[in-house]
Amino acid sequence: MALELKTVATPHVPVRYLEGGSGQTLVFLHGAGGALVSDIFLNKLAEKYHVYAPLLPGYGDSEECGEIRDMLDVTLHSWDVIEALRLKNPILVGHSMGGMIAAEMAAIAPHDVTRLGLICPAGLWRDDHPIPDLFATMPFEMPRLLFHDVEAGTKLLTAGLTLSDPKFLQTYLVTNARQLGMAGKILFPIPERGLGQRLYRIRAKTILVWGDSDKLIPPVYAHGFKKGIAGSELVSIPEAGHMVTLEKSDQVIQAIGRLD
Amino acid sequence: MKFTWFNLMPWPYLPDDFREKNRSVWVDIDQRLFDPVKSHEVYNTYLDLLEYAAECGFDAIGVNEHHQNGYGIMPSPNIIAAALSRRTKDVGLVVLGNSIALYNPPVRVAEEFAMLDCISGGRLIAGFPVGTSMDTNFCYGQIPALTREKYQEAHDLIIKAWTTRDPFAFNGRYNKLRHVNIWPRPIQQPHPPIHIPGGGSVETYDFCIDNTYSYSYLSFSGYIRAKALMDGYWKRVAERNAPDTSPYRAGFAQTICVADTDAEAEKLYKEHVDYFYNRCLHVYPGFADAPGYRTIKTIQTGALSQYAPPVGGYSKLTWKDLTEQGHVIAGSPETVRQRLEELARTLHVGNLFCLMHVGNMPREKCMYSTKLFAEKVMPKLRNVFPDYADDDRFWCHPISQVKPGSLPTEKKAMETVGAAR
Repeated sequence: MALELKTVATPHVPVRYLEGGSGQTLVFLHGAGGALVSDIFLNKLAEKYHVYAPLLPGYGDSEECGEIRDMLDVTLHSWDVIEALRLKNPILVGHSMGGMIAAEMAAIAPHDVTRLGLICPAGLWRDDHPIPDLFATMPFEMPRLLFHDVEAGTKLLTAGLTLSDPKFLQTYLVTNARQLGMAGKILFPIPERGLGQRLYRIRAKTILVWGDSDKLIPPVYAHGFKKGIAGSELVSIPEAGHMVTLEKSDQVIQAIGRLD
Repeated sequence: MKFTWFNLMPWPYLPDDFREKNRSVWVDIDQRLFDPVKSHEVYNTYLDLLEYAAECGFDAIGVNEHHQNGYGIMPSPNIIAAALSRRTKDVGLVVLGNSIALYNPPVRVAEEFAMLDCISGGRLIAGFPVGTSMDTNFCYGQIPALTREKYQEAHDLIIKAWTTRDPFAFNGRYNKLRHVNIWPRPIQQPHPPIHIPGGGSVETYDFCIDNTYSYSYLSFSGYIRAKALMDGYWKRVAERNAPDTSPYRAGFAQTICVADTDAEAEKLYKEHVDYFYNRCLHVYPGFADAPGYRTIKTIQTGALSQYAPPVGGYSKLTWKDLTEQGHVIAGSPETVRQRLEELARTLHVGNLFCLMHVGNMPREKCMYSTKLFAEKVMPKLRNVFPDYADDDRFWCHPISQVKPGSLPTEKKAMETVGAAR
């Protein structure tokens, strides 16, 4: 079943979300790159789950929201979305920035999340393994950080892009400014907002999924999460980078399946 | 016209292969290229040149703020301005920085600017840049999408601190202060004039219009390319029904090199101009605009960071390209006069920030160019805008100056205090 783009009202701002599939309810929080109706991973996920994937304000064609400024705002907003969608105790999954938000949600409301999937989440920082500066990275440098198979990843990222067309470039820059501008509120300049000291509050059964060759958030961070969340389980996936969701969709879905 | 001799304070010892071996002159520049011992001479030479410009009769001398940057080794313009305030008199002190979103709490800026105004005897012209993305976001870690909001709050706090006579509480989002009560406060009332440097953000245009601040475009690409941007500003002034179109509502920075003849100018200054464009402006494009720093409205107008290099880069531009395209105004006093008059009229700009020191230019050449400019160019351009000759809203209002180095008598001190009230 194809994903559809819908809108739900929340206290601060109308929120766009993707919905599709049937099965157990699963909420997916996207990374800094956003999520599209055509997303390969989400469409596969929808073959097994009833997927809801809300867009953060500013992403895609969704409205921006000036009231959302910091991590607590983003976390509570995400709970507002779940409430607006009238979902009870969904499987909560997040990728990268979305993983950071999902972990915060689980830490702030430990009794409302019983199943948590964190796919190479952001949110921790180690000085001895600094995460590359996403905000100073040129578009052509991204595939190297995001994919195990850089060549295939480049094709995926640049499909349909014509950066030489000034009009397209302006649209691209506007989209980038809106999306990464929003992401920057919790990721810039260092993607760490105190999550490490709250991880102990998480009570959910937690699966951590990591691409073995993730160069954006290196797998060393998996151990920080594993240590911080009691009883969490780590599934590391070979020959996959940060976009493990695209490179090894089936294996990621299989790993999430351990939460069923 | 008001002429400000403006110094960026570039590091003059970047190696010949700087571009090839370094990613960026800004943010992550190799710190080993800075030599603290050599800097002693560099800083003092630049201070000498600023003082020399004051002696030559410039209306003001100007400094600015940059961080982790090889072309601007002035992280604290207030320190430089403090040194200058003691060694000059009568000349205005344009401090085009502090970047007020960077200071917590920004009352520090209100206090330090007040000190500068008091020490200099009301000669301060204050500048409040939002700051480049390199300085504000990448070096000082401000969140791009919240920078403008924080800037606005800092501005409101500073103005309130300057203009309120009783202690007050300030409950901002970024500044929670139960007791604001700055001591000292500025001589100039209600506060020193304010210039806002900008790079084409519509929001900054409006901010200047709403507050009667002068909008300054500090460009390195010269007056010809600046036309579209400054037209945008003046269009906005008209749209917003500003009470007048005084040219002093605007400032513009221009690289200027003067010699006896056009040919001599090329001979004397070519290498320094080349140093500036090819080493000092070598900024890694990834640092030019952190996503979220520039508003959507501004991106849609097509205004992008001037630090994103032009197509092909500066290295391809010859002296002829640089001068003909107006990046640099160079030549004999008459050539420079003609082109500056064209600049003033086409951009409708009354405050000219003269970038007379360029790249690795040595002291003597800079003094030569400065003197020629002051003697043979400046007087002929003073009266380009006779209709606005009396417009002093955007300029400082000094009190009578005490003699540097001598403490005032009790009588004199009482008069000074009286004048400030």
